[in-house]
Amino acid sequence: MDKKLRLRINEISKSYKLKKKDYHKVIDSLSLDIFDNEFLVILGPGHCGKTVLLNIIAGLETPDVGFVELDGVKIDGPNPDMGMVFQKTGVFPWLTVMENVELGPRFKGEAKSERRERAQKYINLVGLQGFESHRPPQLSGGMKQRVGIARAYTNNPEILIMDEPFGALDAQTRYSMEEEISNIWSIEKRTVIFVTNNIEEALALGDRIVLLTECPARVKEIYEVNMPRPRDLMSEEFLLLRQKISENTDLSIDSEV
Amino acid sequence: MSRKKQISKFRYNIYAILSVVVFLILWQLIVSLGYGGIIPSPVVVFRTFLIKMTDSRPDGSTLPTNILVSLQVACTGLFLAIAIGVPLGWLMGWYKGIDRFVRPIFEFIRPIPPISWIPLTIIWFGIGLGAKSMIVFFASFVPCLINAYTGIKETNKTMINVARTFGASNFKVFTSVAIPSAMPLTFTGIRIALNSAWSTLVAAELLAANAGVGYMINMGRSFGRVDIILVGMVSIGIMGYIFSYVFKKIESVVVKWRTV
Repeated sequence: MDKKLRLRINEISKSYKLKKKDYHKVIDSLSLDIFDNEFLVILGPGHCGKTVLLNIIAGLETPDVGFVELDGVKIDGPNPDMGMVFQKTGVFPWLTVMENVELGPRFKGEAKSERRERAQKYINLVGLQGFESHRPPQLSGGMKQRVGIARAYTNNPEILIMDEPFGALDAQTRYSMEEEISNIWSIEKRTVIFVTNNIEEALALGDRIVLLTECPARVKEIYEVNMPRPRDLMSEEFLLLRQKISENTDLSIDSEV
Repeated sequence: MSRKKQISKFRYNIYAILSVVVFLILWQLIVSLGYGGIIPSPVVVFRTFLIKMTDSRPDGSTLPTNILVSLQVACTGLFLAIAIGVPLGWLMGWYKGIDRFVRPIFEFIRPIPPISWIPLTIIWFGIGLGAKSMIVFFASFVPCLINAYTGIKETNKTMINVARTFGASNFKVFTSVAIPSAMPLTFTGIRIALNSAWSTLVAAELLAANAGVGYMINMGRSFGRVDIILVGMVSIGIMGYIFSYVFKKIESVVVKWRTV
């Protein structure tokens, strides 16, 4: 398969200062290549470095060592080429669904009719038509996360980063959201980096699954998933791979609070 | 509104009216039975209230004039406190430099009770509008600023990151994320300011004034007219109630996203 390199993560490390001279290392010389239009899942146990890694890719934080390159250009700050869907729904409660979704282009100063049209397209795509003028307090958790996804797409990012977007949802909603994100991705091809701590979710979505180690985070193993979509969560292939990853994962995956 | 809702709303209005009626009847009863001491009956107070609408005795101004004078002082002081305290609180909450610069002075002024400014302002401005507005300003400035500041500080980190990933500048994040999300707390501050404005206003008028509701109350004491004192107190109560009602209405329009 001919793959075009989009994002290059090169030997990055990041530590946080706890007390005087006491550092907590969360990422340890992690390197990863991400290719055009792939759905990459980062699977990691517990609380280790996943969000920090995403924040670094998005330019919200800087690594202590190493760098991240998008199409050969070093990332040195937040930029609209990177769209992000956050773990905690960052939906603005004082704006309507429509106003939330069109936020990115509005910040760029795009004309109203233009950005509205695009926003509407993605509102329809995530199945929120009819809710355009609702405000977030009237929406369920799943709907808020849809707003977040539509909002990230509307800004036309090169890379879409999703940080455990379904972590706070109930199991039923989670399954249907997984199916939908997979659908949206097949319609609107884009490079997606999706973080989760759920093996099943990783297998349902990823072209490749990057398994991280316990703290500090490093790449432990990369799995290629060559199953057709939508994936059969009961097929032999699926279950075998699931077991394989599960055995290779540190036990603390269950210890997340 | 559904019929059921209408009925329950009607019922709660009845309760509210009943509570006032019961209170007035009890008051009248206690006075009529001779247990009231120097307290006049509600009927007498109401009569004084009507007379005071046009009669300037004993303090020199009619009740509407007194109310107008007090309102003017309260509004001037409060308006200044909101206009200066709220934006300053927002800026301090967002920009560390401004916070560092303003904070020492603010922390020094904060513990000084607003009422203790009265002697200084009398010497400074006399007993006119300026002096009392200053005192009201000092009383309401602090809660406005602190709540606006806290509102900014409590801005959801994820929302800030959302705006940043959309390429918003720091100032843009401040105006389009931090300030809107600080609105509910800012209004809480304004409502607290409203209360302290009224209490310090009356205190200031007791000490330094030649008109105003507080002054009228004080004159009522000098002349031994308890009915005048009560008319003054009831007027303040009603004005305070109207004020907070109006602000609640404004708040529900400005931050309607919070109440849906």
